[in-house]
Amino acid sequence: MNCGAPGKPYGVVREAAETVLAEQHDPLLLRRSAPDIAIVERRRWFFRHPATVRVTHWINALCFILLLLSGYQIFNAHPALYWGVASDFEHPLVSMSSPNSFLSEPRGVTTILGRSFDTTGVFGLSYDSQGQALTRGFPNWLTIPSSQDLATGRRWHFFFAWLFVLNGLAYFLYGFASRQLRWRVIPSRDQIRGFWASVREHLTLHFPQGDEAKRYNVIQKLTYLIVIFVLLPLQILTGLAMSPGIDAAFPWILTLLGGRQSARTIHFICAHLLVLFVAVHIVMVILSGFWNNMRSMVTGWMVIEKETLDEQPSA
Amino acid sequence: MSNPPLDRRALLKRTAAAAGASLLAGCDRLSNARWFRRTLETGEDANLFVQRLLLSPAKLAPEYSEAEISPWFKPNGSTDPSDKSYKAMVKNNFADWNMELGGLVDNPAKFSLADLRAMPARTQITRHDCVEGWTCIGKWTGVPLSELLKQAGLKPQARYIVFHCADIMEGAGAADDDDDEENKPEGRSASNAESSSGDSAGSGTKPVYYYESIDLEDAFHAQTILAYEMNGAPLPIQHGAPLRLRLERALGYKMAKYVMRIQVVDDYKRFGNGKGGYWEDRGYDWYAGI
Repeated sequence: MNCGAPGKPYGVVREAAETVLAEQHDPLLLRRSAPDIAIVERRRWFFRHPATVRVTHWINALCFILLLLSGYQIFNAHPALYWGVASDFEHPLVSMSSPNSFLSEPRGVTTILGRSFDTTGVFGLSYDSQGQALTRGFPNWLTIPSSQDLATGRRWHFFFAWLFVLNGLAYFLYGFASRQLRWRVIPSRDQIRGFWASVREHLTLHFPQGDEAKRYNVIQKLTYLIVIFVLLPLQILTGLAMSPGIDAAFPWILTLLGGRQSARTIHFICAHLLVLFVAVHIVMVILSGFWNNMRSMVTGWMVIEKETLDEQPSA
Repeated sequence: MSNPPLDRRALLKRTAAAAGASLLAGCDRLSNARWFRRTLETGEDANLFVQRLLLSPAKLAPEYSEAEISPWFKPNGSTDPSDKSYKAMVKNNFADWNMELGGLVDNPAKFSLADLRAMPARTQITRHDCVEGWTCIGKWTGVPLSELLKQAGLKPQARYIVFHCADIMEGAGAADDDDDEENKPEGRSASNAESSSGDSAGSGTKPVYYYESIDLEDAFHAQTILAYEMNGAPLPIQHGAPLRLRLERALGYKMAKYVMRIQVVDDYKRFGNGKGGYWEDRGYDWYAGI
């Protein structure tokens, strides 16, 4: 393994006093011993993530993975999607199945908008740990519980849906009250002007340093804006729209979404847009300084500038 | 020759697979732990609590137009009960069918199909949402349950309505295994059921009949009817002939088919495994509003 110096990430020592939302110049010049010269690093610290943001972030991450995998369990009870109010069983938009075949080995087939794909081993037909073939939509390594059990999958899904909603409410209340949300996700005018420059920075994997690293860049802000204010609320709304009880209380939800089966399909699509977001999010976390990002989401503190000065060994 | 980057990739892949496997194994173990199941159930308790707050008796499930009726309505649950006395009634076109209404009522009574047809009727075109996720639309005609209950007069202790059905789900006389997959809201789930001791499927054991229970709030809802007609024709066998419950603000499994007897009770705990219904006894939530 080769992931940096032993001990703490970067082997950084920080001043004891940490003031909230303060910015610190690290007064300690760090020395890594070398034969002739000392490499001196000067770090600037920034307190990026308040406790509420950090806690809600990790609860959200937990909810996301559990909702996704229990969602696959629920989807597997009827692995097909439709558009409109009711199910047109002859014409699903998407379906996963293992058609009966007497002539050849059974295959897993995924049909999307009328086009069929052989997805044996993953969708439609997959194998359990003993190599036994299972006729399921998603394979047992993607569902909670791993075997087909709709009742338990629903329990997981509803419990973590509640946790997800309450956690999201806590985040919103805090975010509005503290003005953090606005500072975090609304791009400033200069950022909007610099949109294309930011695109270029992303494509060349150059990430801002110093003062510019204190705030999210414009692409980041717009992405979070869409996730927080569009995708996540839409996911909740489409989830609720599948409830016959909620439909009786608020029929306009169905009118808005175009029917219960449309809502179910949007729920599925929206879940995968969120998967896409999480995948890109994780890649960016790794590329823009994995340990620095992880530390900031655990302790709140992140290094925004690092200068390396070569010095003659001092006495 | 070994190739370091590939090795590292393989290692990462294996680590990710191992992490994923242990996450899922952990979830499976939690799923079987009683305390954790109880914790998860609080989510369903919250569903019931919030929906009861939101749903006044006046809130109706959406109704649809004739044009929206599904050309083919997928039957949920049992499609052809194997019970001998039921088969005999089918042969006789339900001429000698009687539904008994008893329990905590002032005037227990028996109703023939003709009796029910003579009572005030309601017709509604509604959505049928299966717990599996699919939806069909059908037109149902029947007598509002509230009419029957008012006529019978509830005793003060009355809290729940229990529906006893003719379809045998397990045990002696259950349908052939070939049909079983179709018979369940979801294939193979019963194997994970928390069944009571000695309650194993197979011939020779006591038959387990389908049953369901609802509370008075749902029982007196305007759209809660005992339907004897579907899409303008007598209720077909696969949809629960001669009489099925329609509970339009709930999922399909609450809507008992082949209703033989209605019992008004103070508590449903003494039936089946005590959870209030055949599927509830097998882990599904009693309040199926979502």
